[in-house]
Amino acid sequence: MSVFPDKVLYPPNNPIGDLVRTLVPAPFSDVLNGGLAIFSLLALASLTPVVLIWLERKVAAHFQARLGPMRVGWHGTLQPVADGIKLMFKEILKPEGADTFLFFLAPILPATASFLVLTVLPFDHHLQVTDLNAGVLFVIAASGLSIFGVLLAGWSSNNKYSLLGGIRAGAQMISFEISLALLMLLIVLLSGTASLRGIVLAQQGTILDWWIFKFPLFGLVAFILFLISSTAELNRGPFDIVEAESELTGGFTTEYSGISFAMFFFAEFVNMFVAAALATTLFLGGFLAPQMGWGMLDRLLDAVPGFVWFFAKTYGVIFIYMWFRWTFPRLRVDQLMVFEWKVLLPMHLFLLAVAGFFITMEWIPL
Amino acid sequence: MTNYAIIGFALFLGALFVGGAIIASRLLAFSTPHSRRKVQAYECAVDPMGDARIQFKVDYYLFALLFLIFDIESLFLFPCATIFRSVLAGLQANISSMVIVAELVFFLLILLTGLVYAWRKGVLVWEKSV
Repeated sequence: MSVFPDKVLYPPNNPIGDLVRTLVPAPFSDVLNGGLAIFSLLALASLTPVVLIWLERKVAAHFQARLGPMRVGWHGTLQPVADGIKLMFKEILKPEGADTFLFFLAPILPATASFLVLTVLPFDHHLQVTDLNAGVLFVIAASGLSIFGVLLAGWSSNNKYSLLGGIRAGAQMISFEISLALLMLLIVLLSGTASLRGIVLAQQGTILDWWIFKFPLFGLVAFILFLISSTAELNRGPFDIVEAESELTGGFTTEYSGISFAMFFFAEFVNMFVAAALATTLFLGGFLAPQMGWGMLDRLLDAVPGFVWFFAKTYGVIFIYMWFRWTFPRLRVDQLMVFEWKVLLPMHLFLLAVAGFFITMEWIPL
Repeated sequence: MTNYAIIGFALFLGALFVGGAIIASRLLAFSTPHSRRKVQAYECAVDPMGDARIQFKVDYYLFALLFLIFDIESLFLFPCATIFRSVLAGLQANISSMVIVAELVFFLLILLTGLVYAWRKGVLVWEKSV
């Protein structure tokens, strides 16, 4: 018996996995293969912030008719790498009166939690570290861990800005966590499965079978609500009251420097990727090609590997997040809370009831 | 169970990666002698006033309580949502499918009642004294 389930770890034609299994005896080859899978995810997780920081700065610059970073590398592509190296060599300062253990623990939690969610994402038909039958629940649980990091960072820094920023961030993140949970619940209800791969496979067919279109009109509403809630969950503009510079200087990261600060940024950008990947998986058909129902074109689109579609859709959603940030003005803290509890929450409950009714009337067959 | 074994493995390697980066930085980073000013809490260059663990609005705590209620109730809905389709598919002829959806809507109404109660009690108003 293998230590890890066979079908998910090794795709049908995985030369590396086969090679490892011929070279190493049975139980160790499984552990080695599992390790290789996780290391490739770690590589993805460390490259994602590099790409996203460059994109963020470039997109922001071009929205404001500037050029953005241009000096390091071609069009500033190496700028995030240079920043990372700089942060690596910076001194980590612990402010006077800070709780040493919690102060150093705080940046580790969100960074690890954001990486953990990547293990259940289906990047392609057979490109997934593990396919949990409660994948959606795992995503909610793992992403919930990063709230601890934020609260601990705010409390342990012994700084008023950090404390207020941390508590604001905590309140905002838990509020919008409910929104996200209920929207994921909606898709679980529609798909009849809580495994992320199962949800993608429930959207097979043409582009009209994706949940954004297949659940007529309400699917589009749910997708927009998901974008709003995840933007707030990520503490990004226009919901970035957590880091409102004019009020709280740096929010909960005020006292952090060097690599500890970099870890918060790492978590933030990996979380952004994860949120966009979830929007893709739940609403936009994940790794499925956008088939139109025209024979020739469909075969052409199908020839493109699934992970290309997955990353194209994910980066499309990420662009929308960046677009949001430079389009809408920042909300006040009371407006944000009222918006979540009095507008979004009743809407989600209504959407769930409508979905239940539609399924019972057999208007949305699988 | 084996599915969760690899997630535990990923948790271990992920924490090792992050912790390793921090330890590597501690070994690499330059350090200058600590002065009183250097380790002082940052308060826009003014000497910090009093303790940093100040009082904050109790509303944050109330929202945390509300979150707890709604999160657990949405958790209860997850098994229901997962088997909703299969229950409908395996339904006996003498039970109306409307009973099943009515049960779902009934639970959602209980959730909504809790929200309306909190709303009427004024928990959802951020600025009470103004």
